[in-house]
Amino acid sequence: MLVPCTGRVEEILVLKAFESGADGVMVVGCMEGDCHYLVGNIQARRRVARVADILEKIGIGGQRVRMYNLSAGEGVNFAAFANEMTEHVRGLGPSPINVVRKGPKK
Amino acid sequence: MIVGNAKPIEEVLSMIEPFDKLIVAGCNGCVTVCRAGGEKEVQILASALRLAREAQGRPVEIREVTLERQCDPEYVELMRPYVGDYQAVVSIACGAGVQFLAEHFSKTPLLPGINTGFIGVTEKQGEWSERCQACGDCVLHLTGGICPVTRCSKSLFHGPCGGSVEGHCEIDKEVPCGWQLIIDRLKALGRLDLYEKLRPMKSWKTSRDGGPRRIVREDLI
Amino acid sequence: MKAGSNLEKVLAAGHFAVTAECGPPRGADPEPMRKKSVHVKDNVDACNVTDNQTSVVRMSSIAGCLHLQAAGVEPLMQMVTRDRNRIALQSDLLGASSLGIHNLLCLSGDHQAFGDDSQAKNVHDIDSIQLLQLAKMLRDDGKFPSGKEVKGPPKFFIGCAANPFADPYEIRVSRLALKVAAGADFIQTQCIYNLEKFERYMQDVRNRGLHEQTAILAGVTPLKSAGMAKFMKKNVAGMDIPDEVIKRIAAVPKEEQAQKGIDMAVEAILRLRQVEGVRGVHIMAIEWERKVPEIAKKSGLLPRPQV
Repeated sequence: MLVPCTGRVEEILVLKAFESGADGVMVVGCMEGDCHYLVGNIQARRRVARVADILEKIGIGGQRVRMYNLSAGEGVNFAAFANEMTEHVRGLGPSPINVVRKGPKK
Repeated sequence: MIVGNAKPIEEVLSMIEPFDKLIVAGCNGCVTVCRAGGEKEVQILASALRLAREAQGRPVEIREVTLERQCDPEYVELMRPYVGDYQAVVSIACGAGVQFLAEHFSKTPLLPGINTGFIGVTEKQGEWSERCQACGDCVLHLTGGICPVTRCSKSLFHGPCGGSVEGHCEIDKEVPCGWQLIIDRLKALGRLDLYEKLRPMKSWKTSRDGGPRRIVREDLI
Repeated sequence: MKAGSNLEKVLAAGHFAVTAECGPPRGADPEPMRKKSVHVKDNVDACNVTDNQTSVVRMSSIAGCLHLQAAGVEPLMQMVTRDRNRIALQSDLLGASSLGIHNLLCLSGDHQAFGDDSQAKNVHDIDSIQLLQLAKMLRDDGKFPSGKEVKGPPKFFIGCAANPFADPYEIRVSRLALKVAAGADFIQTQCIYNLEKFERYMQDVRNRGLHEQTAILAGVTPLKSAGMAKFMKKNVAGMDIPDEVIKRIAAVPKEEQAQKGIDMAVEAILRLRQVEGVRGVHIMAIEWERKVPEIAKKSGLLPRPQV
């Protein structure tokens, strides 16, 4: 799904990712203060916080969603953040949803 | 508008505990504006409930609907064709909406997904405050357009009480003193003369105290 | 005479009146009330009995009044509109008068948010000024608000409170005028520590002639310590304690502060007596009733007139 800005990443989009089996979601926006739409990335941060709160309360884990900020030219940083997130989620293990879907260990 | 606020998700989860096929019903009226019960909130709540229940190993099927208004029969009736296929409805409309659905669909349990707060206004994004208690006998013309029943913590008709300090109410520094507001406004209007009038005891008959109310307009029937 | 209470007679005879205050206990034991009564007996013209002050549940004001009465002290019943609707208020007015309670102070009451039962419903069917009007109607017209006759009207000398220091100051005198227009026979003021401000207030009161239409009793509360002064300044809404007052009591060693507080209260009373339009003093020695005799004596208020 294409969005022009993290400001268009609504809570439901992130939650749907978890329903679709994601173990973690990273939302990567522009640097704060550099939003082409003024406050899109600030809104995204708030929404990510809301989703984290919901995930925490329903037992999925609020740590599974994170917001990162970087500028379009920072490919190296992006890779570093992606690696960091991957390690972070790997540390958390599979989402409880995926544990259930996989069924009991044989 | 009527301002509401989401119930804690844990509370909604405990309400839906016995069910595995539900409707989550929003309303495009007031609760959409105050971001408590519109289409977006329906999506978020439904998704969160699905995730939570699946993680518990008891998945739940949810139909998401948002009515134009839950307080008008025409819109409520739109649910009739399918409501019987579900075990319960979580309504995130105001208390009126929840009850109206319950009245229309007598065999379906109705569960409130939000707490209805008050009749109020948007102060700014994310902040609402109360303005009207629906007492049924408006006196705003006497009080500078500021309601003593709602804005004074004691609903005084001859305020402010001795607890008014620097414009705030004795109960909380965050609460403006309603009577300070009234006096400031009367002063701005050049109508402080209205302040020094004795007001008779209010009849609360027109308020909820007179029992559940109804308004009948013969000219419209 | 409207009610024939001792307080009414003392004021009518032109004496400088003295009232005090006894808070009922948080329990059903009458003993604390009896003990307090000893300190006020013969030292005041009437003694207020508070009505669940600060929204904390206590023995009822009516019962407290009866305990004082039994001990030979004339009671002054405080009644707040926070907890009772007009039906209960009127009923209690009839009951109190039937029991020989003939002084009444009408108040709205501290908001229940302050007390132990902050979850309670907030009644406020009528406000303090409307209660005053209601009591006056029962007494003078012998009629209920419905217009029906009161069989044996209650007799009350009716007062209410005034806080000269609450905000906004500009309507403080107007609000007093409302109370006078509603029929207040007397006024008891909030504790006065800022005497300059009170004197300015009284000037405004006199300019409107209100002091001639009601008997103003100036409120005085002795400070027990500098700590109490600071606490009250910070935590009691509408309480004006100038820094100068706090400095004076803080200037003496801790063990002498209580005495200093008494002396300052006496000093305030002597000064208030000189203010034109002040017809008496209301000594609120909160949980310190035993100091009332000393304060009254040192202020030259004893013996109380027999009228």
